[in-house]
Amino acid sequence: MISGIVTAVLLLAFLAIAVWAWSSRNRERFAEAARLPLKDDGGPAPAACCRKERQP
Amino acid sequence: MDPQPNPVAYQDQVIRQFSVMTVAWGIVGMTVGVLLAAQLMFPALNLDTAWLSYGRLRPLHTNAVIFAFGGCALFATSYWCVQRTCRAPLFLPRLASFTFWGWQAVIVAAAITLPMGMTQGKEYAELEWPIDILIAAVWVSYAVVFFGTIAKRQVSHIYVANWFYGAFIIAVAVLHIVNSISVPVSLTKSYSIYGGAVDAMVQWWYGHNAVGFFLTAGFLGMMYYFVPKQAGRPIYSYRLSIVHFWALISVYMWAGPHHLHYTALPDWVQSLGMVFSLILLAPSWGGMINGIMTLSGAWHKLREDPILKFLIVSLSFYGMSTFEGPMMSIKTVNALSHYTDWTIGHVHSGALGWVAMISIGSIYMLVPRLWGKPQMHSVPAINLHFWLSTIGTVLYIVAMWIAGVMQGLMWRAVNDDGTLTYSFVESLKATYPFYGLRLAGGLIFLSGMLVMAWNVWKTIEPQAQPQRGALPAGAQA
Repeated sequence: MISGIVTAVLLLAFLAIAVWAWSSRNRERFAEAARLPLKDDGGPAPAACCRKERQP
Repeated sequence: MDPQPNPVAYQDQVIRQFSVMTVAWGIVGMTVGVLLAAQLMFPALNLDTAWLSYGRLRPLHTNAVIFAFGGCALFATSYWCVQRTCRAPLFLPRLASFTFWGWQAVIVAAAITLPMGMTQGKEYAELEWPIDILIAAVWVSYAVVFFGTIAKRQVSHIYVANWFYGAFIIAVAVLHIVNSISVPVSLTKSYSIYGGAVDAMVQWWYGHNAVGFFLTAGFLGMMYYFVPKQAGRPIYSYRLSIVHFWALISVYMWAGPHHLHYTALPDWVQSLGMVFSLILLAPSWGGMINGIMTLSGAWHKLREDPILKFLIVSLSFYGMSTFEGPMMSIKTVNALSHYTDWTIGHVHSGALGWVAMISIGSIYMLVPRLWGKPQMHSVPAINLHFWLSTIGTVLYIVAMWIAGVMQGLMWRAVNDDGTLTYSFVESLKATYPFYGLRLAGGLIFLSGMLVMAWNVWKTIEPQAQPQRGALPAGAQA
């Protein structure tokens, strides 16, 4: 009984996280968060290659 | 986005130290591995000394590659990532320095005590209690530095890589402390407080979550920072990364029992472990797809950038081994695979293919930045290293797959009258050529690490005109 309830609660929590992550309210915020590593220390990746550095 | 002077004074000395030691311990750990592979073919290579015997060197190999090589790579990359994505210097830099010296002391102590035969006898947790206490002290300091830096951050959002690193730090602290609780009887000997099936369950709860949090969550943190950084584009789906994080850390904790199929562990626990291992396929592949698809629209970069090759191929190996793992956790498959070399092949597909290759790629990215150089000394040498690593890994795992399946089939073959078809030594004889192939794979992988050591040294050696106020002094640390 209790294990069934816990399973259901955890499943709902997972669905809630998924809904929250994909809600349109958060679209802007997460798009900006995704750019965090690209903005950090200015310079482009110097490690190897390349013919063209990354676009802004 | 033109280069500009850093407004934040980042603490990079400790990262330089950890980066150099990543390469050094990688070579040490893998050399011991190659020696062990050779001993399996030529047992006389233990030279009749107890110190060099297989049983003592094997834990030295696993500790050196996981905790020394992998550990140093995680320290280096997490300190880099957390500072850059929080726009804040490390919290308590002296404590960060303690984590470096403390961790090196742990590794040296391991390298001395394990060949002497001092061990708690728990896989991946062999070190005796005084060293365990030092590990706990270093790890708690690591947590203080890492989370202190996050608390000081100047951006409101905590980037997803830091969530993975944070989960790795917390989980490893809990696992290490719980599993290592023991009763010391002398300075060099202690007994675990757990016994019987409980001991086995605690050990593999620890053991599998060491895989899940040390070897997976930590390196996924690396993936979420260094893959977008090197590709020059944001992660494929930030939303997927959030779901990936919560799904992965919720499920991993329950998968441990699959190490104990068909043992005295209660049957339902074994089945539970199997089911959770199967569920793990979903978050694992979600993360792999998220990493690889980051390159979507820029696949040409893979052709010209060997560092990106390291990172992306490591994700392919991650996908392979996280498919293989759930399959091997199915009881009927496990009945064939367990105790054979298939397991060793699986581990190395994850350890060489995923963990080592993503670490190597990340270190190649970090080294020029840390020493203020435009790029690594030799980019073709990175490419050479990439091919040595890939070929070495593939040879290794193919050899172990064939050997493992063959051993499993030979061990369970029975004649009509119920007697065993093959003796153990017959299966050993049949494995012999594959031990040779495995040794060759290991040697090739190790030679790649030597190329890396040369390349790193040439990049950071003091006389090569320093720029950007770099401090090459850390090179000798």
